[in-house]
Amino acid sequence: MREITLQRFTLSIIIAAALMLFLPVIMNTFVLTPLLIYGMLGMSLGLIWGFGGILCFGQAAFFGLGAYAYAISAINIGESTIPMLIAVMVPAIFAAVLGAMMFYGRLGDVYLGVITLVVTLIFFKFMNSTAGPDYVIGTARLGGFNGIPGFQTLNIPGLPDDYIYGDSLYYVTFVLLVVAYWLVNWLLQSPFGRVAVAIRENEQRVSLMGYDIRARKTILFAIGGAIAGLAGALFANWAEIVTPGLFSLSQTAEIIIWCIVGGLGTRLGPILGAAGLAYLKFLLGQQAFIDNTIIMGLILVLFVLFLPKGLIPAIESVWKLSVGKRRRCHPSRRRKGRAITNG
Amino acid sequence: MDLAAVIVVETVYVIASLVLISAGLAIVFGMMKVINLAHGEFMMMGGYAAITAVNLGINIYVAILVIAPLVVGVIGLIVERLVIRHLYGRLVDTMLATWGLSLFFVGIVTMIFGNTTTGISTPIAGITVGNYQINGYNFFIIVVTILLVLAIYLVLKSTRLGLIARGTMQRSDMASALGYSPDRIYMATFFVGSAVSGLAGAVLAPLVGLGPSSGGAYIAKAFITVIAGGPSVIAGLISSGTVFGIVNQFFTFAMSPVIGEVALLVCAVILLRLLPQGITARFFKGKM
Amino acid sequence: MAETVLETSGLTMTFGGVTACDAVDFKLKARELRCLIGPNGAGKSTFFKCLTGLLKPTSGAVFMQGEETTNWHTHEISSLGVGIKTQVASVLDGVTVHENIWLAARRFFSSSIAETKAKETIERLYLGDIAKSNVGQLAHGERQRVELGIVAAGDPWLVLLDEPAAGMTSEDVDRMTEIIREMTTTAAVIIVEHDMQFIRSIATDVTVFHQGGILLEGNVEQVMSDETVRNVYLGKKA
Repeated sequence: MREITLQRFTLSIIIAAALMLFLPVIMNTFVLTPLLIYGMLGMSLGLIWGFGGILCFGQAAFFGLGAYAYAISAINIGESTIPMLIAVMVPAIFAAVLGAMMFYGRLGDVYLGVITLVVTLIFFKFMNSTAGPDYVIGTARLGGFNGIPGFQTLNIPGLPDDYIYGDSLYYVTFVLLVVAYWLVNWLLQSPFGRVAVAIRENEQRVSLMGYDIRARKTILFAIGGAIAGLAGALFANWAEIVTPGLFSLSQTAEIIIWCIVGGLGTRLGPILGAAGLAYLKFLLGQQAFIDNTIIMGLILVLFVLFLPKGLIPAIESVWKLSVGKRRRCHPSRRRKGRAITNG
Repeated sequence: MDLAAVIVVETVYVIASLVLISAGLAIVFGMMKVINLAHGEFMMMGGYAAITAVNLGINIYVAILVIAPLVVGVIGLIVERLVIRHLYGRLVDTMLATWGLSLFFVGIVTMIFGNTTTGISTPIAGITVGNYQINGYNFFIIVVTILLVLAIYLVLKSTRLGLIARGTMQRSDMASALGYSPDRIYMATFFVGSAVSGLAGAVLAPLVGLGPSSGGAYIAKAFITVIAGGPSVIAGLISSGTVFGIVNQFFTFAMSPVIGEVALLVCAVILLRLLPQGITARFFKGKM
Repeated sequence: MAETVLETSGLTMTFGGVTACDAVDFKLKARELRCLIGPNGAGKSTFFKCLTGLLKPTSGAVFMQGEETTNWHTHEISSLGVGIKTQVASVLDGVTVHENIWLAARRFFSSSIAETKAKETIERLYLGDIAKSNVGQLAHGERQRVELGIVAAGDPWLVLLDEPAAGMTSEDVDRMTEIIREMTTTAAVIIVEHDMQFIRSIATDVTVFHQGGILLEGNVEQVMSDETVRNVYLGKKA
C-alpha cells in the first residue's frame, strides 16, 4: 500500500512539475497566475461544499477578506511574510466564528446559503462606503470603491526589496497550489476528512456514532476559509490592488459555477473548472459581441439542468463505460442528483 | 412635530418598499418552496419595461401598473416552463439555476440597453410639511403596497383559485387526486409571482437610477425579508418588513444610509440565527 | 445482582398540550434484553428519543451508568458507549459498507484497531460479500444489517434499537435475532418493536407502554396472557 502511495506521489509531483514548466510556453504567465489562484479558490469551496456538504454562497467573502487583510497589513508592516500569514489567519478565524454561529444553531442548507450570501454583501456594501479619510487601519486607508493600491507586494522572506512578481509569482503560486492540493488530499484521507464526508452523507447517523458534527463542520469551514484567504492574498499580489469587487455577487457566483461545472465531490474538478472557466472568461473579455455574464449564466443553468454532477464525474463515467465493457459492469443504482440534495 | 411626521412617513415608506420588493419572492417561496434568485433581475426588467413603455409615449401609470407586470409575468412563465419545472422539490438546484438565470438576464439587458443607468422622473410632486419636504411618490408606493397586500390576501382567502392554490401547496398529491393539475397551478403561481416582481421593479424605477445590475441591490433585501418572515406569506412579509424597516430607518437617521443597510443585513443574520424557521413559524402559526 | 446501567425517573415529554411520555420510571440492568411494546402512540418511540438525546425531555431525568445524561446531545450520549439504531435505517449512503462500520469504530479506537474491529464486525454480521459496495445500492434488509454493524462496531455496553425488524423478510429477521442475542453477551439491549412474532422469538422481559406511561413489566408469556394488556393492545389484533 505504502509503496503505491509513494509511487503515486512521485508521479504526481513529476506531472505537476512538467505542467508548471510547460504552461508558460503556451501562455503568458500574467494570464496563467490568476487561473491558478482561481483554481485554489475553487478548491476551497470544493472542499467545504463538495466534501463537507456545507452550502456556502459566500466564499468570495473569505477571498476578499484575505486580499484586504494582506493589503492592509502589508502597508502597515512593509514586508510580505507576516501579511501572508495574516491573510490566511483572518479569514480562517472569521470563518470559524461565522461557522460556529451557524452550525451550533443547526441552520439548514438554505439558511446557510442565505447567511453566507448576506455576509458577503455586507462586506461589499461596507467596503464600498469607506472612501472617507476616517476609514483607516493603521496607516492603510480603505479607499471605498477605489480600493487599496500601492501596498508592499510579495517579497523573498526577510528581504523586502527582492520582489516576487511576474514569472516568479507564477511559480510560487503554482507550488502553493500543489501544496494546498496535497494538503486537501491528505485531509480527505485522514479520519477527519472521512468523518467530514460521512457528515455530508448523513448528519444524524454521524452524531449517533458519537461525533460532534457542529465542531467538525466549523473546523472544516475554517480550513476552507483559510485556503480562500491564501488565494485572496495571492490575488492581491498579482493585481497589486484590492477593490470591493472581490466581495461582489458575481465573484461569489463564479466560484459556485466553477465547482458545479468541474464537479462537486471531486478533488480536481473545482480546480479545473475554475481555471477553465476563468480562461474562457478571459477569452470572452477580448471580444465585445457577447456579454460574458450571459455565457456564465447559461453555463450554470445548463449544468444544473443537464449535468448536475459536473464534467469530471461525467468524463469518468464515460471512461468507465468504454473501458468497463470488457469487464463485467454492475448496473448502477446510485441515487439521483448530487450528494448534496435539498435542505 | 413636523420632523416626527416626516420620520413616521419615511419609516412607513421603508417598510412598504421592503414588503413590495419581497412580495413576488414571497409568493413563489411561500407557495412553491422555490427560491428565485433571479427575483432582483425580474424587478430590474420590470423597471426597464416601464421605462421603455414611457419612452414610447405610453401613460406612466399604465406602463407601471399594467405593462411591466405583464411583460415580466410572461418572462416568468417562460422561465418556469423551460427551467424551474424540471427542478421542483430540489431547493438547492433551483437556487443555483435561478442564480444562473440572474446572470443571464443581467447580460441580456446589458447587451440590449447598454451598461448605463437610465430612469424616469417621478410623476408626483413633493409635499411640504413645515420645513421638510416629503417625496409625494412615497405615498404612491405606500398605497400600491397596501393594495397589493390586500389583493394577495383576498385572492388567497376568498377565491376558488386561492383555495386550490393553498391546497396544492400543502398536498399536491391530494389536489391532483381531486382533479387539479399541480403543474398548472405551479405555473400560474410562478406567473403571478413574477408579475408582482415586475410591478415592484416598475413602481420603484422612478426613484432609482436603473442599470442592468440593479437587481443585485434588491435580491438580498427581498431574500432576507422572505426568509426571516417564515412560512406565512402575508403575516411573514409584514412582520419582517416592519422589523427590518424600523432597524434600517433608525440607523439611517442615527448614522448614515450605508450603515442603515449594513445594520439591516446584520439584523437579518442575527434574526435568522435566533429564529431559523422565520418569525411566523414562532409567532403567527397557521396564518396566511 | 447485576448493576443498573440505565435509569429514568419521572421522564416526561409534552408536545403542546399532548403528553407523549408521562413520568416514566424505568430501570435496566447490565446485559439485560428488554423489549418496549405498546400500541401506536403509547409513547415508546418518544421515550426512546428522550433516551438517545434526539428529544429533550420536558422534565425528569435520565441516568446512564449512574451519570445524569438528561439534556445531553446525541453525540455525547453515544460517546459513552451507547449504540443507537433509529426507526428508519440511518446509514451513510454514498460510501461503502466497510467505511460505514470503520467510521463507527474509529470513534472509540485508533485507526488501525478500528480497521480490525471493522473486519470483525463485517464477518460477524455476514457483510463480507457486500463490504465494498456503496450502501446506497443495497436492499432494505442489508441496510438494516449495516446499521446494526455500525451499532456493534464500537463495542457498546448499551444498545438501543428502534424497530429493527420493520419491513424485513423472515430470513433477515432470523439473522437479526441471532446477532442481537450475541450482543447481549456484552451489552444491555433495549428494543422498541411492534412485531409480536419477533418479540416472542427474542425477548424474555417486556415493558408495555400505554398512554405515555408504563402499564406493566414482566416476562413475555406472563405479559401476553395479562387481561389488561390484551385489552389495550393485543385484544384488537387477536
